[in-house]
Formats: sequence, C-alpha cells, structure tokens
Amino acid sequence: MKQEGLMKESLARARGFIAGRSQLVMLVFVLLFPLIVRNNRWIQVANFFFIYALLGLSLNIILGYAGLFQLGHAAFYAMGAYTTAILNTRYGVPVLVLLPLSALVAAIFGILISRPILHLRGDYLCVVTIGFGEIVRIALRNDASSLVFLAKLPGLGFLASWLTDLTITGGPNGIMGIARPQFLGFIFRQQIHYYYFFLAFVAFTVFAMRRLENSRLGRAWTCVREDELAAEIMGIDTVHVKLLAFAIGAAWAGMAGGLYASWVTVIAPETFSFWESCIMFCIVVLGGIGSIPGVLVGTLGMIVLPELLREVLLNVQQWRMLMFGVAMIVMMIVRPEGFWPSQRFRRELELAKEAG
Amino acid sequence: MGQLLQQFINGLTIGSFYALIALGYTMVYGVLKLINFAHGDLFMLGAYLGLTLIGIALGAGLSASMLLSLVPILLAVMGIVAMVGIALERAAYRPLYRAGRLPAVVSALGASIFLQNFVMLTYGARYRVYPKGIFPEVLWTIGGARLYLEQIIMLVLAFLLMTGLYLFVQRTRAGTAMRAVALDHDTARLMGIDVYRIITLVFIIGPALGAAGGVMVGIFYGRIYFTMGWTYGLKAFIAAILGGIGNIPGAMLGGVLLGIIEALATGFVSDAWKNAIAFFILVLILILRPRGLLGERVAEKL
Repeated sequence: MKQEGLMKESLARARGFIAGRSQLVMLVFVLLFPLIVRNNRWIQVANFFFIYALLGLSLNIILGYAGLFQLGHAAFYAMGAYTTAILNTRYGVPVLVLLPLSALVAAIFGILISRPILHLRGDYLCVVTIGFGEIVRIALRNDASSLVFLAKLPGLGFLASWLTDLTITGGPNGIMGIARPQFLGFIFRQQIHYYYFFLAFVAFTVFAMRRLENSRLGRAWTCVREDELAAEIMGIDTVHVKLLAFAIGAAWAGMAGGLYASWVTVIAPETFSFWESCIMFCIVVLGGIGSIPGVLVGTLGMIVLPELLREVLLNVQQWRMLMFGVAMIVMMIVRPEGFWPSQRFRRELELAKEAG
Repeated sequence: MGQLLQQFINGLTIGSFYALIALGYTMVYGVLKLINFAHGDLFMLGAYLGLTLIGIALGAGLSASMLLSLVPILLAVMGIVAMVGIALERAAYRPLYRAGRLPAVVSALGASIFLQNFVMLTYGARYRVYPKGIFPEVLWTIGGARLYLEQIIMLVLAFLLMTGLYLFVQRTRAGTAMRAVALDHDTARLMGIDVYRIITLVFIIGPALGAAGGVMVGIFYGRIYFTMGWTYGLKAFIAAILGGIGNIPGAMLGGVLLGIIEALATGFVSDAWKNAIAFFILVLILILRPRGLLGERVAEKL
C-alpha cells in the first residue's frame, strides 16, 4: 500500500516536472523563435498571430466570458486602426501615444452601439452585430464626401461645397504612411522588432485577462452567461456587466487595431470585413470558449495553419482553403467544446447534453 | 413619377431574388434554430451550375426554343443543389445538433469556405458571364418606366415557386409535419413525425429554391462570381429577419420590401450607401421589433 502511494506521488512529481519543463521550453522557443527561423516571412506570420491573438482574447471577453454572440468584432478593430491612422497622419501624434486613445474611441463606440441592443439574445444579437460591422466598413469605404447627398435635403444646401472635398477615411484606398512606433528614440522597423513588441503586448494581455477572469467582474460575466435570470436575482446589474464586456472587449480590439496600423503602415476598409469578424469568432469557438490558452491555440489554427498548409502542399497549394474548410467542420464534430476548453464551459456543455 | 415607378419595378425584381434565397435561411432557422451561413454559397453554386447547363444546351443547338429548355435546366440545377444541401446537412450539421449553437456556426462557416473554394477551383477566380439574349429583348413603357419581358418572367417564376412552397407547407401532410417540427421537436416526435426526415426535406427545399434564385440572378445580371453567395446571402438573410425569421410568408415579404427599399435608396439617396441603409434597417427592426414584421412572439432563450 505504502509503496503504491509512493509510486503515485513520484509519478505526480514527474508529471509536474515535465509540465514545468515543457512550459519553460515553450517560453524559450517563443523568445528565440525569430533567431531560430531567421526567416522574415515566418516572423511576419508570427506577428499576424499576435495581432489575431489579441483580437481573439478581446472577443473572448464578449463571446467567451459574457456569452454574448458578437459577429461584428472587426468594427472595433477598425475603429482603433483608423483612430491611430487618422490622428497620426494628420496631426503627427506618435502611434504609441495613440494606443490608449484608440482603445478609448473603440470602447466608447462599443458602448454606444451595444447599449440599445443588449436586451437582444442569442442569434438576434449576432445578427445586429453583423449589421453594425458592415455599416462601419461601408462608412469607412464611402468616406465623408459620399455624404454629399445630404445637401439635397431642404435647408442643408450649404453643406454641398464643404462635403464634396471632405475626406477623412481615404475611401476604398484607405490611409497610407502611418508612422512606425518609436520608443526612447528607437524606431521599430524590422519584423523582428515588432515581434518582441507584440509578444510583450500579448503577454501583458494574457496576464490582464487572467486577472480579469478571476475578478468579481469576471465571475459576474460567467454568471450572466450561465443563467442571466439567476444572475439578476443574485444582485448582478446584468446590463452594466454586459456593457462593460463590450467596452473592455472593444477597447482591446481597438488597441490591436492601433498596433496593426503602426505595423503595416497602410490600412484599407476591406481589412475589416465581415470575414475578419468570422475569423475572430472561429478563433474563440475552435480554441474553446472562455479559455485563454484555447484562444491562443485557436489563433494557431486559424492564422498559422493555412500558412503551414501553403508550405506543406507545395504543388496542390490551391487546395489549402478547401481543406481548411473541411478541417473546421471536422474539428467541431470531433471536439464541439473546442480544442482547449475551460473546465467550466466543458461542464456547461455536458449539463446541456444531459438536459437534452 | 416615372423614376419612382422604375425604381419600384427594379426593386420588385431584385426583391423576388432576395425572397427566394431568404426562404432557405428562414426554413432552416425555423426547424433547427441555426443560421445556415453556407446557404448563400449553395445559391452561388446554383448560379454556376446554371451557367454550365445553359452552355451545354446552347452547344446542342437549343437556342431557338430557349424559353422552354430553361425549365428542365432549372429543375436539374435545383435537383443537384438539393443533393448538395442534403450532403451538407448530413456532414456538417447533423453531428452537431446536441452540441449547442456555436459549434454549428463555425461548422457552417467552414462549409462556406469549402464551397467557395470548390467553385473557385473548378470555375476559376474571375467572374463568369451568362450568355446574352436568353430571352428576347422585349420591353414596354409604362408611365415613363421600362419593363422588360425578362423581368416579368422572373417575377412570375419567383411567384410560382413561392406560391408552390406556401401551398406545400400549409396544405400537405409533410408541410404540416414541418410546421410541427418548427414548433417543438420533441412533441413532433411524439406525434410520430420523423424529425430527421423533415430536416432533410428542409435541406432539399431551401437549397433548391436558392439555386433557382442563383440561375435567375445569373440570367438577369449576366455576371456571376464565386463570392456572390456572401453578397446576396447577407441581404437575403436581412430579408428573412425583416419579415420575421422562421416565418415563410415573412421571408417573401421581407425580400420584396428590402429589394424595393434598396432600389429607392439607390435612386434617391446614394448608391454607395444602399447596403449600409439595408443594414441600418435591419438593426432598427431588431431593436424595435425583434420578431420581424410578421413573426410571432417567441421566447428568446439562448
């Protein structure tokens, strides 16, 4: 008996040791990745990974923690990117200074659009967010000068000359020449510079999300997701809590937008299409609702996997998106709870299954 | 006045296409509470298959009696796309009925990617053009507005298909079973209805109507592209919501209304903003009257 207990203990210790080591190995790998691959294209893919990880983590607040179907997240991403781009190219404000401002603009926008629709549930919310997302993209594409039709309205004729030349978003071509970030005189130029910059930002985000997850607010979100009525009875101000989910999620997506703008230095409305919102949605669901490691794995699947397929399928490259679509379906059938679900959500699903 | 009438006619034509596609969304939603994001791509598939079959028919020298040879072509396209619809349901949705809503949405998006890329690989990424002059170019002028023979044929065809569906759902046993399943799966099962067969039936009718819409859009606009499923699908989806999702006459009304609103917006406001206006109406409807124009009050539970 005693021996068995000892064996179990040593097994557990060995497992802990390996787990600890594998985390360390991961950390070293991530830190040295650019030096290992020494290939700009893969560092670029890694940077895309970071941007989408940020977007996924931000959507995870709304969709994962609070359980609000949000399929228009690209709108917040766009808000941040355009705030940074416009204020930087017009008034020369440094992009790093604009980061919190992008977050603020996106958060205000998030509150404004989500306030009237919070009473909607499930699919209806999902549809309205699709609508808002598309309206934002179309507005960015049309630019202010397209509003000239307003001058046809009685009494607004004076607007005509002012509106025809007004340009804010740069229309379908977007905005070019966004400055690169500068920190204590050091300008980020190469992919590798951005790699470490984004890595640090993602690490900070993961830390912040973990704190948030276990905070009073985080628990309130989970409560609202699991049973809104019960949450209300327990004294949670559900409207307030849901608004905060939208505000914080939007703010983080806005910062991701600002970072993206300062990285690629050119942004256009089509970058923020409905399809982008779908990718973010899939990242969260494929990875596992409400799970931080899940979002990171989901981002690997949605962003890095298509690039890997491109390498592997050399001659049949054009088939990669076809296979990717099939992979999404198969993944959901095999693991409907996502690749790395949070314990809590897995239990919710099991309960739902039992209830039929 | 002439312009108003013209926009009205144009809107009615486009609206009837939207209505045909919207029926697929609304029926699947009614029975499964699932937004079938791949439905638009089935519509697109229909447009491409129509192109191929019309090409074959023209090659066989059928151009003279084109009007009549279109009927078997349309039926063939509807049949093939219906089979794709059944396969889609079996492969991508059926295994997920018990897994909640989110996985099904991702699965639908995966199916959409698959279908789009399949068509892109088969037909090429550039847009394709339907042969011109399928219908003789006859037109009438009414009160300053032009009405083409083609438009009349489209409207009549759409009207026939929709009336057929309406009668089927209201008058036949299978239609009654379908309405029962939409209300409550378990009770329907207790009444001896094979729920899975009804779901299969829905995935035959919806895609078939969408495919008919695809061929009609192809003939009417002449130009098709592999991402058209998203452009039209999203609009048709709005139409379904506008009328009250899950409600069949609602989808027809929503489609026609959306088409007319859009045409009027193009004519009198600005072409660039017409899509934004459509979405704005969608948002407004959902905020003010979430069940849509004809929808019944439903208990909204996640």
